[in-house]
Amino acid sequence: MSLIEEIDYGTPRSKSETMVTLTIDGKEVTVPEGTSVMRAAMEAGTEIPKLCATDMLESFGSCRLCLIEIEGRNGTPASCTTLVAEGMAVHTQTERLKRLRKGVMELYISEHPLDCLTCSANGDCELQDMSGAVGLREVRYGYDGKKHPNPGIDASNPYFTYEPSKCIVCSRCVRACEEVQGTFALTIAGRGFDSVVSPSMQEPFMESECVSCGACVQACPTATLNEKSVIDIGTPEHSVVTTCAYCGVGCTFKAEMRGEEVVRMLPYKDGKANRGHSCVKGRFAWGYASHKDRITTPMIRENINDPWREVSWEEAIQFAADKFKAIQAKHGRSSIGGITSSRCTNEETFLVQKLVRAAFGNNNVDTCARVCHSPTGYGLNTTYGTSAGTQDFDSIEYSDVVLVIGANPTDGHPVFGSRMKKRLREGAKLIVADPRQIDLVRSPHVEADFHMQLKPGTNVALLTSLAHVVVTEGLVNEDFVRERCDWDEFQDWAAFAAEERNSPEAMEKYTGVPAETVRGAARLYATGGNAAIYYGLGVTEHSQGSTTVMAIANLAMATGNIGREGVGVNPLRGQNNVQGSCDMGSFPHEFPGYRHVSTDTVRETFESMWGRELDSEPGLRIPNMMDAAIDGSFKGMYIQGEDILQSDPDTKHMIAGLSAMECVVVQDLFLVETADFAHVFLPGSTFLEKNGTFTNAERRIQPVRKVMAPKNGYEDWEITQMLANAMGYPMHYEHPSEIMDEIAALTPKFAGVTFKKLDEEGSIQWPCNEEAPNGTPVMHVDGFVRGKGKFVVTEYVPTDEKSGPRFPLLLTTGRILSQYNVGAQTRRTANSEWHPEDLLEIHPFDAETRGIRDGDWVKLSSRSGETALRAQVSERMAPGVVYTTFHHPKTQANVVTTDFSDWATNCPEYKVTAVQVMPSNGPTEWQEEYDEFSRKSRRIEEAPTVVAAE
Amino acid sequence: MSHSNVDRLVYMVNQIGDFFKYQPHEDAAEGIANHIKKFWDPRMRKQILEHLEAGGEGLEGPSRKAIEILRDMTQKAKSDA
Ligand code: SF4
Ligand code: SF4
Ligand code: SF4
Ligand code: FES
Repeated sequence: MSLIEEIDYGTPRSKSETMVTLTIDGKEVTVPEGTSVMRAAMEAGTEIPKLCATDMLESFGSCRLCLIEIEGRNGTPASCTTLVAEGMAVHTQTERLKRLRKGVMELYISEHPLDCLTCSANGDCELQDMSGAVGLREVRYGYDGKKHPNPGIDASNPYFTYEPSKCIVCSRCVRACEEVQGTFALTIAGRGFDSVVSPSMQEPFMESECVSCGACVQACPTATLNEKSVIDIGTPEHSVVTTCAYCGVGCTFKAEMRGEEVVRMLPYKDGKANRGHSCVKGRFAWGYASHKDRITTPMIRENINDPWREVSWEEAIQFAADKFKAIQAKHGRSSIGGITSSRCTNEETFLVQKLVRAAFGNNNVDTCARVCHSPTGYGLNTTYGTSAGTQDFDSIEYSDVVLVIGANPTDGHPVFGSRMKKRLREGAKLIVADPRQIDLVRSPHVEADFHMQLKPGTNVALLTSLAHVVVTEGLVNEDFVRERCDWDEFQDWAAFAAEERNSPEAMEKYTGVPAETVRGAARLYATGGNAAIYYGLGVTEHSQGSTTVMAIANLAMATGNIGREGVGVNPLRGQNNVQGSCDMGSFPHEFPGYRHVSTDTVRETFESMWGRELDSEPGLRIPNMMDAAIDGSFKGMYIQGEDILQSDPDTKHMIAGLSAMECVVVQDLFLVETADFAHVFLPGSTFLEKNGTFTNAERRIQPVRKVMAPKNGYEDWEITQMLANAMGYPMHYEHPSEIMDEIAALTPKFAGVTFKKLDEEGSIQWPCNEEAPNGTPVMHVDGFVRGKGKFVVTEYVPTDEKSGPRFPLLLTTGRILSQYNVGAQTRRTANSEWHPEDLLEIHPFDAETRGIRDGDWVKLSSRSGETALRAQVSERMAPGVVYTTFHHPKTQANVVTTDFSDWATNCPEYKVTAVQVMPSNGPTEWQEEYDEFSRKSRRIEEAPTVVAAE
Repeated sequence: MSHSNVDRLVYMVNQIGDFFKYQPHEDAAEGIANHIKKFWDPRMRKQILEHLEAGGEGLEGPSRKAIEILRDMTQKAKSDA
């Protein structure tokens, strides 16, 4: 294995389809129009020296190292800023060019500290490389020219340092922050020799707007911006391409290694989801894998009040299997179940549902998608015939109007957020529907044309009023609808939408959004060109979540915004493999590939492959499992890689359910909150320690590759396999690729997927089968999967969760960039420096009337429970609405969320809870009790000391 | 809403009804019944059927009719088996 060196072409690829032929050093080269001479040369295998150019950024032309000569033209233009032309004859190496380049390098080097041997970038420095490339052998000006100002090293960022004395002022960092990340945190301050890179107003990085995406560090050709891990460990010696295990964007990274130690994670330019970019989580927050809290030995206990006892794998697995078998013998086959993890691989998820269906003999399997995107599944399946998002991420580059509903891409899906912002800076229009003023509404060089700041819980009212405008103002794309959709259903829907009671004016009393804003937004969406909808959990996590998804689908169909690049309906998935875990049959009513368990032909295929009779009845969903546990008919569960206690709503109800069970098996990296109620703890492995695949929000199946041996001894699929065998159901896979082969054999949409193909292609977007051997970037191109698109009437039914005298405010919840989900991983990294605790955002008006100041402790209470946290007074929320995150177990924000849920899928209504906020002195009694219980529950019995025999 | 399981199930039936009663092309009760058949685990269906037998408090209009349809479907399935 060696270090994967990606070619740097110097300037971005041109999208033109017109080709141009020129000669470079006598060699004929044909490239798309608009390509730089530098890139054309590199494509022909000639590397022109360069410093300020790199292919992630537009050319800048400042270093003057990349000079060329062109026959028939005077001078020595820069090849990075000179575009190719038909018949052009270029020379990249002449006596004159050599002389000029040496002169340029000489100036750079005379300004640069010459501590190369001890520099952290030694061997990985473009300045060094270029000195070599131009043959620099002496520096006539001496080495003591005026140095850049040397204000020392800025080490404020936990992951990288900034050492200005090494800066060559190439501006690559500044441009990366602007063009790639879109944060605009850096500038070049000062002039001439005094110029220096400066975050914001010459502040340390940590105090600036920097979001620590790492783009500048990656772009820097010198050691000026350098990863601390490289400084500590040294440069890497080999690398492996793999997929980020954090969010649904699914960024591709090179894990750069020294032996089994990760030196750094570098975004991979060939990654089709991220195109070489990253966020602070995937790029830097991988240290949890070796955190001291990680549990690597299996543990068991009879009772949740006992301390844990460390045991062998055999004993732990046998203990779990015996308990499960005993429960089933006593309480029936359906008294146990399992939960698959959206953080685990497709292969691991597939195996857990197979364990439940074939070994447990029931369909009690569910996944965390229950609490996030299950309404997407129901809604899109009903209207379009498949539950998947319709586009690939590249599609955003062709959008003219972007409608973001209930999503906060710059925090939740940061790399896609950056790609979206890039398109918006290029001129695409933006409509935001969100109760909160998310960053996109106004950030540097991006401003929403319309922000519909609706009241939480009124999505359906808002969407139907948008539809009203489309229908009544003649903005329907009738040709599209007639050709692609069921016309009768459309007419019913149109008549419904046109009713006066659905007009923006009539709905304003519910949504709080001025009718004119709704009308303007609807007109823009319907007539502004390619219009794409991106939505998140602010859509799904409501009692009308599924209805909202259908309302979105209606709107896209009515305006013909479906079935080509630049348009579509795109759910932004939360966890890295939510899409995959749903595809793999994690729902209690569906086999892999979304086929109902009661369909005999489908069930028979599975039965013959798996050698067991399978249950034709749907199983329990997570909330139903808890109800059944309290009722006494559900007694045991196997939970792989999910912390349902912290992530699911109504914590007290969850605790009651979990405590009522006889055997809870938790497989995880850490003693997560759910493990407090577990009887068996099976240590899990991280994404760095396993092989498999993840599927991102664009249906892209991507390889996850093992870079180190699992610290716990096994990959997660191996553990499931051991449990299945102990339950008496044989499983004998040698490698996850064999599991994928089984998935492909059983699931038509995956028929063409193999590990070999993934290695060749890098990634594949399903469906991938005979009709689409290379996968499907955009869905519904020639027609909807279900045949005709189905319009569905979406009557607005207000949620029963209403504010009133006792609970006058509405709470909505969300997430923040630096933390991930329940925070079990990110809290165990330096990411916590950005978000050490959950805060309650409250509008100044609501704060003032309650005597609350910024930073005060407040008690947040609902009819479900109460918790205390600190307040952050902020105008991002409208008066009457408060907001918090759920990343920290200390806060347990879900103590206050309720058991209301989506009518179709039971996805909890996280986004609307009626609450009261009052000043308080600190944590509530419940928090303190819980904390105490939690500490007790995590005790691990001291292993008996074995005295060695003499 | 109380935490009692049956109350919760009744609430869910009515909530499903709030969608189907507005669908012009589908009989609301049929829609509710099919949805429940498709997504509810047998023990939940059993509980709601028992609740119907015991008077079915809280189940009105299409919701009640839906559970009756569910009962008939279940009986038919039993006699077919
Ligand atoms: S880390 Fe990212 S956000 Fe921060 S300065 Fe660099 S490019 Fe900008
Ligand atoms: S910090 Fe690095 S990328 Fe930025 S100007 Fe200096 S040398 Fe160039
Ligand atoms: S967390 Fe998401 S956006 Fe960030 S690097 Fe990982 S996949 Fe990419
Ligand atoms: S690389 Fe062309 S001017 Fe710097």
